[in-house]
Amino acid sequence: MRITMNKFTHMIFMLCAVFPVMLTGCQKASGGENGEVIVYNWGEYLDPETLDLFEEETGIHVIYDEFDTNEAMYPKVEAGAASYDVICPSDYMIQKMIDNDLLAEINFENIPNIKNIGQQYLDQSREFDPENKYSVPYCFGTVGILYNKTMVDGPIDSWSVLWDEKYTDNILMQDSVRDAFMTALKLNGYSMNTLNETELETAKKSLIDQKPLVQAYVIDQVRDKMIGGEAAIGVIYSGEAIYTQRENPDLEYVIPKEGTNVWIDAWVIPKNAPNKENAEAFINFMCREDIALKNFEYITYSTPNTAAQELIEDEEIKNSEIAFPDFDKYENLETFRYLGAEGDELYNNLWKEVKSQ
Amino acid sequence: MIKNATKKLYLSLILIFLYAPILVLVLYSFNASRTRAKWGGFTLKWYGSLFKNQEILTALFNTLFIALVSSVTAAVIGTVACIAIMNLKKRPRAIMIGITNIPMLNADIVTGISLMLLFISLGLKFGMRTILLSHITFCIPYVILSVMPRMKQLNPHIYEAALDLGAGPVYGFFKVVFPEILPGVLSGFLMAFTMSLDDFIITHFTKGAGVDTLSTKIYTEVKKGIKPEMYALSTLIFMTVLILLLLVNRAPSDKKS
Repeated sequence: MRITMNKFTHMIFMLCAVFPVMLTGCQKASGGENGEVIVYNWGEYLDPETLDLFEEETGIHVIYDEFDTNEAMYPKVEAGAASYDVICPSDYMIQKMIDNDLLAEINFENIPNIKNIGQQYLDQSREFDPENKYSVPYCFGTVGILYNKTMVDGPIDSWSVLWDEKYTDNILMQDSVRDAFMTALKLNGYSMNTLNETELETAKKSLIDQKPLVQAYVIDQVRDKMIGGEAAIGVIYSGEAIYTQRENPDLEYVIPKEGTNVWIDAWVIPKNAPNKENAEAFINFMCREDIALKNFEYITYSTPNTAAQELIEDEEIKNSEIAFPDFDKYENLETFRYLGAEGDELYNNLWKEVKSQ
Repeated sequence: MIKNATKKLYLSLILIFLYAPILVLVLYSFNASRTRAKWGGFTLKWYGSLFKNQEILTALFNTLFIALVSSVTAAVIGTVACIAIMNLKKRPRAIMIGITNIPMLNADIVTGISLMLLFISLGLKFGMRTILLSHITFCIPYVILSVMPRMKQLNPHIYEAALDLGAGPVYGFFKVVFPEILPGVLSGFLMAFTMSLDDFIITHFTKGAGVDTLSTKIYTEVKKGIKPEMYALSTLIFMTVLILLLLVNRAPSDKKS
C-alpha cells in the first residue's frame, strides 16, 4: 500500500510538534504574595489544615508533594528532577544525604521555635547529624514488642521472647532487613549499626534459628493481625502501638531491656532549594507548639516537641511511656546509620541467606 | 458426568481467584472500622467522606485527564506512524517495527528514570506536562502494535481506486482506509488508556511536586495504611466498569429482537 506523504500527514506532524507547546498552557500559575514553598513529605504525615493556616498567616503558597519510602524519594532529589524546599526523610537517609552533599545548613536564626524541641531528641539526632546543623526533628518513635496479654504468660521485657519455642507460629517479624537484624543484633548484645562480620554472622544464625517459630514476616499487617488476635507477639513501631491498643485493649507494648531502635524523621532543606527562607519559615511554623499538637493528633506518631507534649489534653497519652519514653531510662538506644553501599549489600546478602533457608 | 463436574469446578475456581479480592475490597468499603481485622458494622460514611476529600478527587480527575489525553494523542501519532511504516521498504520497515517494539519490553522503571533524566537535561519543569509527555511516549508502541495488523490486511488497491475515482488524499483516507483500520485504532486507544490509567512507576519519576494521580496517591499512603475512602473509590470504579460492560454486551441482543 502506498499513501503518499500529502498535506494531510504533514498537518498531523505539525500538530504533534505543536502539541507539547500547547500543553504548557495547562500549567497553573502559582505562588502566593510571598512566593511559594515546595514541601516533600511522607504520605498522610501532616494535618492538611496546618497547611491552610500556614498560607493564611505567612502568605506563602505551599506546593505539597508526598513520597512512600525514603528510597523512592532519594533518586528524585538526587537527580534534581523537581527542586524541593523542605523534605522529611528518616535518620539514616538524612545521613546519606549529608554524606552526598545534598543538604543545606539550616539558618537557625530563622527558626526560633527550635526551643520547643526537647534536648534528648536533638541529642539522639546527633547520631545521623553530628552537629545538629542540617535537620529539625519532626516525628520519632521506637521499635518494640507488641503482645497480647491473654496469649502470653506474664509480662515480656526482652527480645529473647521472639526465640521462645512456646510461641511457635504466634510470632510476627518485620519483613525488612535492618529491622529484622536489629532484633537479632540487640538480642546478642551488639550494635544495630555493626559492620563486624562475626557479629553479623551470629545474628544471621539467630534469625535462621528463629525461622521455624515465626508465623509470618510482614510489615503493615502486624497492626491488623495483632488487633484481630491472629498472633501473640509482634515486632512493631511505637506509632502504631497506641492505635492498636485503642482497638484491642488486650495489647501491650514494651521496649525490650536490651535496647532498640529510635527512629527520627526530620525536616531538612536540600542544597538546590529555590526558596530557602520560606523553607525555614515553614519549619519554624511546624515547630510551633499548637501546630505540632495538631499534627500529633492527626498522625499519632510521637512528636519531639516538648511544648506540644505539654498541651495534650488526654492525660493517658500525655504521660504514656509508649508515646514519650524517657531515653535515659533505657540502655543501648540507637538510631539507624547509613552503612554505605557495601554495608547495605552485606546486610542484604545475609538477609537473603536467612530468607532462603 | 465427572468431566462436566471438573469443568464446572475449574471454571468456578478461576472466577473465585479473579473476583474474591475485589469482593473483599467492596466489603471493606462498607466497614465502619478503619482496620481490616474488625468488622465495625455497615456504613456508608467512607463514600460520604470520599466526595468531600478534595485530594482524592483531584487525583481521580488527574488520572482520567492524563489517561484520556495521552491515549487519544498516542492513537493519532501511532496511526500516523503506521501509515508511514507501511510506506517503507521491507528492511527499514522491519527495523522500524523492531524499534517501536523495544520500549514495550523495556522495564517501566528504566523508562521512568531515563525519561526523568531526559527531561532534566532538556530543562523542562516537572509537572502535568512531563507526565503527559511520558505517558504519550510509552503508549504509542501499543497503538502501533494493534493498528499494524489491520494495516497489513488492508487491500492497497481500494485506496488507489478511491483516488482514481477522484477522491482527494484526505477524503480518500477517511472514506476508505480509516473505516477499515478503525477497530485496530480503537483497541490501541483502549490499551493505551488502561496502560496510562494504572501506571505508577513512570508517573512517579516524571511527576512534579503537588501533581498526583490515583496510583501515586495510593502508594504514598502505604506508610500510614490505606484510607478506607480508597476502597470506596475502587468499588465505585469497579461498579462503573461492570455496568458499562453489561450495557455494551446488551446492545447486540437488542438489535436482534
